[in-house]
Amino acid sequence: MPEALDPSIAALYVFVLSCFIGYWVVWGVTPSLHTPLVALTNAISGIVLIGALLVAGDPESGILIQFIGFIAVLLASINVFGGFLVTHRMLSMFKKKK
Amino acid sequence: MDFTVNHQALAYLVSAILFIFGLKGLTHPATARRGNFYAMLGMLIAIVATLLGRDVQSYGFIVAGIAGGAVIGVIVALRIQMTAMPQLVAALHSFVGLAAVLVGIGTFLHKQDAGLLNAVLMGEISAGVVIGAITFTGSIIAFGKLQGLLSGAPVKFMGQHLLNALIALAVVGLAVHFAMTGSLLSLVLMTLLAFTLGVTLIIPIGGADMPVIISMLNSYSGWAAAATGFTLHNDLLIIVGALVGCSGAILSFIMCKAMNRSILNVIFGGFGSSSGAGESAGAQAAEKGVKSAVVEDAVYWMEDAGKVIIVPGYGMAVAQAQHSLKELMELLEARGVEVKFAIHPVAGRMPGHMNVLLAEADIPYDRVLEMDEINPEFPGTDVVLVVGANDVVNPAAKEDKTSPIYGMPILDAGRARQVYFLKRSMRPGYSGVDNLLFYQDNTSLVFGDAKETIDGMNSALKGGGH
Repeated sequence: MPEALDPSIAALYVFVLSCFIGYWVVWGVTPSLHTPLVALTNAISGIVLIGALLVAGDPESGILIQFIGFIAVLLASINVFGGFLVTHRMLSMFKKKK
Repeated sequence: MDFTVNHQALAYLVSAILFIFGLKGLTHPATARRGNFYAMLGMLIAIVATLLGRDVQSYGFIVAGIAGGAVIGVIVALRIQMTAMPQLVAALHSFVGLAAVLVGIGTFLHKQDAGLLNAVLMGEISAGVVIGAITFTGSIIAFGKLQGLLSGAPVKFMGQHLLNALIALAVVGLAVHFAMTGSLLSLVLMTLLAFTLGVTLIIPIGGADMPVIISMLNSYSGWAAAATGFTLHNDLLIIVGALVGCSGAILSFIMCKAMNRSILNVIFGGFGSSSGAGESAGAQAAEKGVKSAVVEDAVYWMEDAGKVIIVPGYGMAVAQAQHSLKELMELLEARGVEVKFAIHPVAGRMPGHMNVLLAEADIPYDRVLEMDEINPEFPGTDVVLVVGANDVVNPAAKEDKTSPIYGMPILDAGRARQVYFLKRSMRPGYSGVDNLLFYQDNTSLVFGDAKETIDGMNSALKGGGH
């Protein structure tokens, strides 16, 4: 059987290449939208919600673990909903000359 | 059909692509809203794909958590004032940080019960928990400073850097011990110390450096998500975490460059201290005195001007003067005056803060120019109106080698024919440095609340009795 790649190494590949994508994409963002950029990245870093769902969603776990997961889901959801909505509000204000 | 791990991974890939397109949309205001929708769609796909997966089997806590978060998030996002955006962002960063800590600890307890712990996993958990914890308390301190709950002044004491270094060492030591032994006590102590480190790292940093701090914490929240992704072997978290982490890091870099300071210099403090030399140009200029003017003087010069440039700063946000400025812009334009706005990268309390406030006041974004675009235009400008900005137009950054802000790129406001400063008092800017521009022959200061002063200009222009 061929030797299997350690999943952590595969994850490292994904991480490093994503950093390059992030680097190039973010340098293209216009300075006038830097506040919406912070708000949007904040909203999408609410992606930790995925991790929170995994912690909260296993019925085999004890109640303590599920409760920890619940708090994490709550916090991350505030980020997701609040972050996207406030970004939308801001971006709606940017208008060209009528 | 069964929703397998492979289906889930494909859905995550779609979601990652949508996030990248989302950020890409911010390249231009015209495509930005669409970008935000792409990112929302990406998040929706990610959540649904996770819920459909085999790992999630009970939904009670999840539905309650998402519903609660949605209600709180929507209310906050709808109510927040645009001037309070830096505080909101700081608060939201703290939530990501705490969520990452909880996911790390929850994952540890979960895997411990299942007997699936190993050193690599616990190392990854440590990274997620530590970065998350620093993000959490650091953001709370930043929030407190921005909201005025804590003093914005840097808090400094003897041995501060030594203390931080010791705490950091202890955190690393505990992380190694935890990874080796799986001791819950080490995990808890490590988390508590990381919470402490978040506080001690951010309290020495002053209010004027907030744009850097917001960007830095933005970056940390991304790295925390990425570390959580390593813990859970979830590629989507890793990708998104890396994107956010890079974004924050780039913004920190841009902000530091706009202040001509290194990130280390910001973190370890430096502003607000005395410049040492008593015979700086600032002190000499101070003896010459400043000219003060009344609203009518400024109006007299502006109404017949060919071109007026307005330089807003944090003082505009404090006075909520953006709507009055919009009216001023319209009144001047009605008289054939060309009006533009000049934005320094670190104006305000977060990157791009001024642009959002001007957009809120319905000022078209094509009138709002960045420093490099507008600097060549100052010499051909009749009047510059500086509204609540200070250090960003201070020629000391170019002329006075003893000044702490020497080398910082500035807006060349002083090159215009006339400069009017709207100021509440003679207090210096956040750097604590006297502004040489005050003493220039073509500069006058108009004292008073920025909004009231501009409203005064507006009614004078409307009166038209000149």
